[in-house]
Amino acid sequence: MADIKARIAKRVAKELKDGDVVNLGIGLPTMVPQFIPEDVVVTLHSENGFTGLDAMAAEDKIDTDIIDSGGNYVTVLPRVNYFDTATSFGIIRGHHLDATVLGAMQVAENGDLANWIIPGKKVAGMGGAMDLVVGAKEVIIAMTHTQKGNHKILEKCTLPLTAEKCVNLIVTEMGVMKVTDEGLVVTELHPDFTKEEMQEATGCKLIFSPDLKPMED
Amino acid sequence: MINKVITADEAVAGVKDGMTIMVAGFLGTGSPEVLLAALVRKGVKHLTVIANDGGLAEGQPAVGAGKVSRGVGVLLDHHMVDHIIASHLGVNPRLNEQFADGSLKYTLVPQGTLAEKIRAANYGLGGVLTPTGLGTPMETEKDELGRDKIVMELDGVKYLYERPLHADYALCRASICDRFGNFVCSKATKNYNYVMAGAADKVLVATERLVEIGEIDPDTFAVSGVMVDDIVEGEPKWQI
Repeated sequence: MADIKARIAKRVAKELKDGDVVNLGIGLPTMVPQFIPEDVVVTLHSENGFTGLDAMAAEDKIDTDIIDSGGNYVTVLPRVNYFDTATSFGIIRGHHLDATVLGAMQVAENGDLANWIIPGKKVAGMGGAMDLVVGAKEVIIAMTHTQKGNHKILEKCTLPLTAEKCVNLIVTEMGVMKVTDEGLVVTELHPDFTKEEMQEATGCKLIFSPDLKPMED
Repeated sequence: MINKVITADEAVAGVKDGMTIMVAGFLGTGSPEVLLAALVRKGVKHLTVIANDGGLAEGQPAVGAGKVSRGVGVLLDHHMVDHIIASHLGVNPRLNEQFADGSLKYTLVPQGTLAEKIRAANYGLGGVLTPTGLGTPMETEKDELGRDKIVMELDGVKYLYERPLHADYALCRASICDRFGNFVCSKATKNYNYVMAGAADKVLVATERLVEIGEIDPDTFAVSGVMVDDIVEGEPKWQI
């Protein structure tokens, strides 16, 4: 499982370009920075109020005035800028974020996303997720392809949406899928899987690109 | 000049049962703990609270062991809240306990929309138009006062119309505040403090450090003291 998550995070890291400002969701997306090459300088946005997030703070480096959006004490880079919530979400909604990387419960072939609520379960709330997927220029979903054998990539989401038609790219342990007007186009397939296996694990029709490439570990 | 510096108990003296109060902070960071403690001493009930989240319960900070609840968590511990209007309710376990026993109801608002609804009230606007929430339950569910949401199409683009969100009291926290009420918040403690200061009939600011007028460069301050009614000293720097 750890290998699968690292594979996904590593592949997502390749999508990020020098100079990008990026917001990472909790969980798997937080593994992405360790795979960004040194010559690609990415600035991380923390929606509770700053750009220039560095890393989790060691116990002796904690400044209690600096938490990230998960409530963790973190360190920041010299280019940090702190702002209030209205400014933070102005950055998000105003298309000033180059990308956001998030997990998902369900994604539909048209790019609809559901990642914030399961009716009947404990109430959590969307936090900044609805703004992030509407505002970021590129919405990348980093997730395992299925959940306990159940399809997560579907013709239509059954859970309440986070936003309509917002997802641009899906990266799973099986491969990389682009959301297009024609449907989901698989651009990379991991050598551990066949096209048939990937299709079997998907709840909508996949279009395998004529330039299909192997997904790297 | 009017003296705005009073005690925490004096500052919350006018808060009554059933009022709507907004509390700045993000998971407790940037929340005015001395004002929340004064509200607990006063023992008001049936509050409607506008905040990002439910703060933290005892033992909850991600790093270090929290000895006490923080932010809105303090009010939840004492069952002082009937309705919470917030963007995230998954962290403090008191929330789901009180939803389950029926003593607390909630209205969820996306974080960016919440900030703008508060800002609209603060800045005298009739609301905001946002693409956030279209095609989701935010479009079909009622708002915090049970009103239908309105979708507007302007120049071919769809938006949700979101109304202003105003409170009886706003509880804010400053790192440095002068006697006029001009204040600034350190680093990631800004969050809702700069947005809420002005969005309520009464704005209370608890400050870590109180300075005399002219004592430090006025350019240090981010928020005008015009927005602030009362100032309370003695807000602690959070210790873990």
